[in-house]
Amino acid sequence: MELTHYVVLSCILFAIGATTVLLRRNAIIVFMGVELMLNAANLAFVTFARMHGDPHGQVIAFFVMTVAAAEVVVGLAIIVAIFRTRRTASVDDANLLKN
Amino acid sequence: MLQGAQLLAAEVSTDVPSPIGLAPLVILLPLVGAAVLLLAGRRSDRWGHWLGLAASVGAFVVGVVLLVGLLGQDAEARAYDQHLFDWIPAGTLDVSAGLRVDPLSVTFVLLVTFVGSLIHLYSVAYMEHDDDRRRFFAYLNLFVAAMLVLVLADSYLLLFVGWEGVGLASYLLIGFWYRERKNAVAAKKAFIMNRVGDIGLIVALMLMLANFGGVDFATVHAQAPAASTGITTAIGLMLLLAACGKSAQVPLQAWLGDAMAGPTPVSALIHAATMVTAGVYLVVRSAPVFEAAPDAQLVVVIVGAVTLVFGAIVGSAKDDIKKALAASTMSQIGYMILAAGLGPIGYAFAIFHLVTHGFFKAGLFLGAGSVMHGMDDQVDMRRFGGLSRYMKVTFVTFGLGWLAILGVPPFSGFWSKDKIIEAAFVPVDGQEWRAWVFGTVALVGAGITAYYMSRLFFMTFTGRRRWNDGSGSLDGTGPQDGPVRHPHESPALMTAPMVVLAVGSVALGGLLAWGDTFVTWLEPVTGHAEHGEPVLPAWLLIVLTLVLVLAGIALAWRQYTVQAVPVVAPHGNALTRAARRDLYQDDVNENLVMLPGQVVTRTLVHADREVVDGAWTGLAGTLGLLGDRWRRAQTGYVRSYAATMLGGLIVIVVVALALAS
Repeated sequence: MELTHYVVLSCILFAIGATTVLLRRNAIIVFMGVELMLNAANLAFVTFARMHGDPHGQVIAFFVMTVAAAEVVVGLAIIVAIFRTRRTASVDDANLLKN
Repeated sequence: MLQGAQLLAAEVSTDVPSPIGLAPLVILLPLVGAAVLLLAGRRSDRWGHWLGLAASVGAFVVGVVLLVGLLGQDAEARAYDQHLFDWIPAGTLDVSAGLRVDPLSVTFVLLVTFVGSLIHLYSVAYMEHDDDRRRFFAYLNLFVAAMLVLVLADSYLLLFVGWEGVGLASYLLIGFWYRERKNAVAAKKAFIMNRVGDIGLIVALMLMLANFGGVDFATVHAQAPAASTGITTAIGLMLLLAACGKSAQVPLQAWLGDAMAGPTPVSALIHAATMVTAGVYLVVRSAPVFEAAPDAQLVVVIVGAVTLVFGAIVGSAKDDIKKALAASTMSQIGYMILAAGLGPIGYAFAIFHLVTHGFFKAGLFLGAGSVMHGMDDQVDMRRFGGLSRYMKVTFVTFGLGWLAILGVPPFSGFWSKDKIIEAAFVPVDGQEWRAWVFGTVALVGAGITAYYMSRLFFMTFTGRRRWNDGSGSLDGTGPQDGPVRHPHESPALMTAPMVVLAVGSVALGGLLAWGDTFVTWLEPVTGHAEHGEPVLPAWLLIVLTLVLVLAGIALAWRQYTVQAVPVVAPHGNALTRAARRDLYQDDVNENLVMLPGQVVTRTLVHADREVVDGAWTGLAGTLGLLGDRWRRAQTGYVRSYAATMLGGLIVIVVVALALAS
């Protein structure tokens, strides 16, 4: 098992996630990008935990999953609320506080 | 000889006997009168003028009590400082408000309240048809109160309060008919020119505080003789500046002519008899300061001499009866200032002339008011003429005042003015040139006075009618153009004060000069003066004066009674034209002071706007521009913030890695 492969994969996943967040306007897709970034980080945690034989990294990966689940719940609720009032899921249209 | 003259340092007692203790009442009565009239408003319209008159008469009665109280004391003991209250107790600066009751202040109290009461009485009738008669009396009372504070104060600071008070009353009364722009402008002009003089008094106060540690008369007068000449000269010149402003002396004389915009009783009381003489009072009261500053005294004499000629020349050309009288006032006060600058031999005569002048000039002004009353407020003397037949009382009282101001014996003016001329001919410090120069000016001034006053008198009362009597007759006895006039004598309320003042013009001078009564009375204040020897014998001076006076009368008679007076002023020679325009006093003031001042203020305003404001608004503008630019970075798009965060994170990681390696 080569450590580098996992880290590189993690980096690629993170980059894809980040790019998604930055470039896409649909809030659902942006959320998916965020999930991707979180899981890229999880992958890195788990990899290093295995390499070092230290369970701490794996524990943190669980924490991240839990927080991500909670975040999705709140985030999706907000997205649904916005969609209901503004008939759109585009992040650019959620601009009521601007100006 | 003047060298022999010395100022008696009169013992000023602070232990006040009972009749003198009434002094505050003399101020309080008119002050309360003014307050009631101003606060009660329209409710007091019906009886307000009688209250004003009562307050003034009450003050006069108290003044007489003070006089009797003083006469009951020994001459040497006739000076009291009555402590009223601690005014400014501030460490080393400890000023208390107090009244100085001595022959000089009581003389003024009597003059102000007596002439003031007569003019109050006159105004009851004169202002009868004015809606604002109550306001007029409130201001008159305010003036009387302020003038009494001025003359009764025992410190320069309290004197300054009265000084400002009379300035305020003068402003309010000149601009009494403020709805006419001309009057409001005249009031403002008087106020501002007085303010220039007031700066002199303020600076003098500061100099006294800095050098003598006090501003009360006792302290200043005790320390002035020992102070350095530089300090006393500076204080003296500053006091003279103040006197010039208040007394309309050159170079601050320009306001007095315009001040005639006020009602005529005001011109009589404030701008002839009392307020404008406050400068003379200040100089005489500050005698110890001037005694210690011979240079300042010389300047005082020069100012007086210049003004007396200035006023006389202007008076000879004015066709407005009130403005001619105003120029005459200026000239006569020039005599007083000149006398006050001569030292102890002149002080008493300055005050003497002030008192007699107060009577005959007030009488002349009231007479002019009576003429205006009968002629529907006409003031142009070229539209008068032959009025003696229509206003007999006015004619006689005015004539007596005219003889008094001319200095014809035995009328009042003779006793005071002749003494001033004689005193001017006495060499000061052995300098004969001064005697010749100032004596000649005073002498010639008397001749010009005779000319312009006779001119005024003849143009008004003698000669042919130059107003339209409405008869439509074409017999060539008078013009048939212009508004129709029906000259008539004024009511008794107006003529009575004129008669009283005329009696004063006739008899007061001789009465007070009898046995040097007045001079002896003032001696505790002005000091005893050795009789000086004039460079010409006294009898010759009297003869010369009378010859000049007669010449003046004769010239005026020939020009304004024998010859017909044109209704429209002839072009005249250069001097006449200059005198009509007050010897270009306004042009001089405007070009020397007003225009440069305006240029400076405009430049400063411009500099303030462009440089100072420019710097700060420029800074604010730059910051605003920067903020605007920064604002554009705030797009409101989540992803742009996310990109910023990402970018920042990458920078941090790169830096951390670079530092670690």
